[in-house]
Amino acid sequence: MTPTTETTAQNLSVRLTDTTLRDGSHAMSHKFTEAHVRSVVRALDDAKIEVIEVTHGDGLGGSSFNYGFSLTPELDLVRAAVDEAKNAKIAVLMLPGLGTIHDLNQAHEAGASVARIATHCTEADVSIQHFQHARKLGMETVGFLMLSHRTTPENLAEQARIMADAGCQCVYVVDSAGALILEDVSDRVTALVAELGNDAQVGFHGHQNLSFGVANSVYAARAGAKQIDGTLLALGAGAGNSPTEVLAAAFERLNISTGVDVHGVMAAAEDVVKPIITRMPIMDRASIMQGYAGVYSSFLIHAERAAERYGVPAWQILEEIGKAGYVGGQEDMIVDVAVQLASGARVA
Amino acid sequence: MAKKTAAIVGSGNIGTDLMFKIMRRSKNIEVKYMIGVDPASDGLARAARLGITTSAEGVDWLLAQDELPDFVFECTSAKAHKANAPKYKEAGIHAIDLTPAAVGPYLCPVVNLDALEDVLNVNMITCAGQATTPIVAAISSVVPVDYAEIVASIASKSAGPGTRANVDEFTETTAKALEEVGGANRGKAIIIINPVEPPMIMRNTIYAAIPAEAAEPGPLQDRIVASINEAVASIQDYVPGYSLRVEPQFDTAREDWDGNGRVGVWVQVKGAADYLPEYAGNLDIITAAATRTADLLAERMDAATSSTLVGA
Repeated sequence: MTPTTETTAQNLSVRLTDTTLRDGSHAMSHKFTEAHVRSVVRALDDAKIEVIEVTHGDGLGGSSFNYGFSLTPELDLVRAAVDEAKNAKIAVLMLPGLGTIHDLNQAHEAGASVARIATHCTEADVSIQHFQHARKLGMETVGFLMLSHRTTPENLAEQARIMADAGCQCVYVVDSAGALILEDVSDRVTALVAELGNDAQVGFHGHQNLSFGVANSVYAARAGAKQIDGTLLALGAGAGNSPTEVLAAAFERLNISTGVDVHGVMAAAEDVVKPIITRMPIMDRASIMQGYAGVYSSFLIHAERAAERYGVPAWQILEEIGKAGYVGGQEDMIVDVAVQLASGARVA
Repeated sequence: MAKKTAAIVGSGNIGTDLMFKIMRRSKNIEVKYMIGVDPASDGLARAARLGITTSAEGVDWLLAQDELPDFVFECTSAKAHKANAPKYKEAGIHAIDLTPAAVGPYLCPVVNLDALEDVLNVNMITCAGQATTPIVAAISSVVPVDYAEIVASIASKSAGPGTRANVDEFTETTAKALEEVGGANRGKAIIIINPVEPPMIMRNTIYAAIPAEAAEPGPLQDRIVASINEAVASIQDYVPGYSLRVEPQFDTAREDWDGNGRVGVWVQVKGAADYLPEYAGNLDIITAAATRTADLLAERMDAATSSTLVGA
């Protein structure tokens, strides 16, 4: 029996959200141009992708010393995407503590219609005011529980409940470190589905650091996830994201319906994104270490820069970051760790 | 001189830590009243055991007393302080506001106390504001700072419900203080809440855009480093656990930084553990700054009184 026939009876369907123009922004060091955005949105929209996320890699307000400055103001990119999309909704990411309600208002005015609000997996209560506000604006809402590997399925479900009660319509298990493997994902998705019932959907966002992005997404869909994230060519933080074109092809083979034109997304990856990008995400020692040690994927390029400057290997910096338990947004700790390592000091 | 009297309004974590801080560390202030709204609060019980007059009947009870305090420390919420501030003013009580209400000017005692004339109501910014504005001010006293950005990381256990419900208010207030107190043309603040166990000690990273020549080794750069070190020493005077993690790091000018260079400063704030644990340096630095502010204002009030007497 082939894997395909095992699942034919399930009749599952998921919505793919493409985040090439947000998570992929990390791999581009936040240098997407309006022309890039227009060509990618056009290709994704033609391929019937329903939601396209466009923001600085760290979300609204991410343009900074700590995360890297955007070449083009992100609201200009959002406006271009909204203008270019015929059917797809344009989503924006925001991390409370970095972006604010003021940023959300501006994104909404620029035409964004989906607000994706992200917190560390145990700190969902910082997002309550933002979900309430996004709903008041009439935006569709998605919640991101980042670094989901850092807590148990039960705790994660409790945090998902906080988001749902605040007005979140779909809570994602977000594998920001690419550290989850197979049942790690389905156990978490199952716990969220059980907790949320009909109150909110469940989603999954995967990374390739240990090469499980697509397989994990299949496990998520089979456990009841209704929204799945990907990026074209896997362009994204760390070793990249679950590739949208592979998700579309694999889901079709597994009879998990996405409504996406598989040839269209393959063409978008090959013909549109490939000529644009400056760096192809790969599983190398540093990015594998991120999955292995549970480190937030967007730390990679910052660790590589610190490695070059302070003469310490990036994988070693990342390993120490994992030991110290730093969370998404703490990119500033990378230099601290690199300097301590270079001086031979004990870090954590 | 005789100690000035103070009331602490708000008997939660901050108010209670402040009470211990003033009792143990203040030269010029004694806590006379501790005011809450919950008769069962741990803070009120502790205060009563220490011989402080307590009440769970709020600010109106305080203002009805025959002996009004010289100072009131507001440790409630921004909303409560906005309601209370006119009452303190009418009673002529100096208000030191530890909420984000910002009725009065932002104040960091080692940066701008001397520059403020009207100090009847002063605002202590935020914990991150207390930890970072002195460093930005130290840099901007040497070179112009186009832009300053800070990242404050605090332990999840030290982030109270007020901070969690108002995280936007926290970042926006801190960013504004980087401009108004720190002297940067533009400020940005980021806060990260980290749940790692054992809890992480409060950390602050300060980045400042500086002119290209200041980012190159040389006398200008040396003056920036010296100024930062002076600021650290002056904060250590009231927050002994305030220290640099590494030497200030300079990055040479870049095009995507508008041709500016950058200095980065990595700070750790270990609390004095007067009431709250050591990792909660964020709570410690704001109560320590409030205590220091009151001590300095008390000296200023006495100096004003004695000069009036001399004049008379």
